[in-house]
Amino acid sequence: MDKQGETNAIQTAIPWIIPFLLLAGWQLFASLGAIPARILPAPFDVCKAAVGLLKTGELQDHIMVSLGRAVSGFVIGGSIGFLLGLFNGLSKLSELLFDTSIQMLRTIPHLALIPLVILWFGIDETSKIFMVALGVLFPVYVNTYHGIKSVDKGLIEMGKAYGLRGFYLFKTVIFPGALSSILVGFRFSLGVMWMTLIVAETISAHSGIGYMAMNAREFMQMDVIVLAILLYAFFGKLSDMIAKLLEKRWLNWNR
Amino acid sequence: MEAAGIPHIKLENIKKGYNSRSVLEGLNLTIRQGEFVAIVGRSGCGKSTLLRLLAGLEFLDTGSILVDGEEINSLNKNARLMFQDGRLLPWKKVMENVSMGLPRDHRLRALNALERVGLKDRANDWPARLSGGQKQRVALARALVHNPAILLLDEPLGALDALTRLEMQRLVEQLWSEKKFTSILVTHDVEEAVALADRVILIEEGSIKLDQYIPLPRPRQRVHPGFSLLVEEILQHITGPGEGPAFLGNQRKRVY
Repeated sequence: MDKQGETNAIQTAIPWIIPFLLLAGWQLFASLGAIPARILPAPFDVCKAAVGLLKTGELQDHIMVSLGRAVSGFVIGGSIGFLLGLFNGLSKLSELLFDTSIQMLRTIPHLALIPLVILWFGIDETSKIFMVALGVLFPVYVNTYHGIKSVDKGLIEMGKAYGLRGFYLFKTVIFPGALSSILVGFRFSLGVMWMTLIVAETISAHSGIGYMAMNAREFMQMDVIVLAILLYAFFGKLSDMIAKLLEKRWLNWNR
Repeated sequence: MEAAGIPHIKLENIKKGYNSRSVLEGLNLTIRQGEFVAIVGRSGCGKSTLLRLLAGLEFLDTGSILVDGEEINSLNKNARLMFQDGRLLPWKKVMENVSMGLPRDHRLRALNALERVGLKDRANDWPARLSGGQKQRVALARALVHNPAILLLDEPLGALDALTRLEMQRLVEQLWSEKKFTSILVTHDVEEAVALADRVILIEEGSIKLDQYIPLPRPRQRVHPGFSLLVEEILQHITGPGEGPAFLGNQRKRVY
């Protein structure tokens, strides 16, 4: 391995030192009996619980249900937020008509609507997807709108002076100029997506990772509860990594 | 005043204001085909507004602008504008910046334009990788790739260091003498105006205060006694009597 490769390998490894030590310490103290299993089960026990649930197929089902809710809510809310941001950023009339109302709705914490949403839609899929979509909509909207509004006016003028108009101007100048802000909204809303889903699934559900955790609580299955928490952490981190990757790819001119 | 040649651009009694502030007040100007005109004046005298009107990015309050006998009332397709800050799209490679707005199959034209400004080997770089002077050369290539009849230069060399500036002046002059497009250069550097232009026009308070032909042979020699005389004379008009020394003592002879 050359020197450059070596430095890269070390730099990739460093962030994982602390998580690894924590995990090792946790396992060690749990095996020594310093942490009672009733308070916090050992990592190894959590793994065993995961394997057990995988064998019955229960875990896959819950994960798929949660992922399905997360993705459909995100797609619905994200699309609405993106389109609204686009229209309000590009059209003065649309901005005047919608922006104030959206900004007012934005100040309501969407989680406060859960009791209302349960009464409207019951506790099945619709209410969860609605909540996620609602939570995701505003960060996507705000960042798209702001991104388009803050595209360098000089570049737009240049584009017009060089004969770019309509969709071509949008594609060449406005959208790329707004993209970094749009991606910030995208990444932020992925966080909101998981948080909303956790709350919604924990409060009322009959499937999904959150339901699995609440169900395990009834039977004092600490290992399953911890497993559910770790799953959320894993998917949160995963979606953040995907967003980061997209940023790196699409904003490569920015280095 | 008008020598031989057809009037190419004709500005008649043009007036332009923003809100209640008037910028151009009844300006008249005729420019011949292939002429290199420099416009000087203090900041806010309306020289940049004039360029934007010629580009068709803004419109007149009254008066008329005729190019080859046709009135400009939308984007001027014969003209290309070059900005002080380059305005390259940072998310497009140099090559794509130059070929912006060209039909797809005109890559070769863009490459040729880059070659003319000496940057063919940077075609696949991001603009962020270029120096200030290189960015302006790319912007020049982008303007010239369309073979415009009129090149409008809005202080394009203003932000460059002295050496790069001289290099760019030579490049602009060389390309102009090859292609013979009409050039209108807005600058606050009187020396630059005298070095490049056939004619230097001084705008003050929205109208033309001086229209000075530069009869010096090209390429212009800055050591030519006529050169500094003309620079001094134009500066006298800008500063007015009594205010002169402060400006004349300034080595770069800029007028703000």
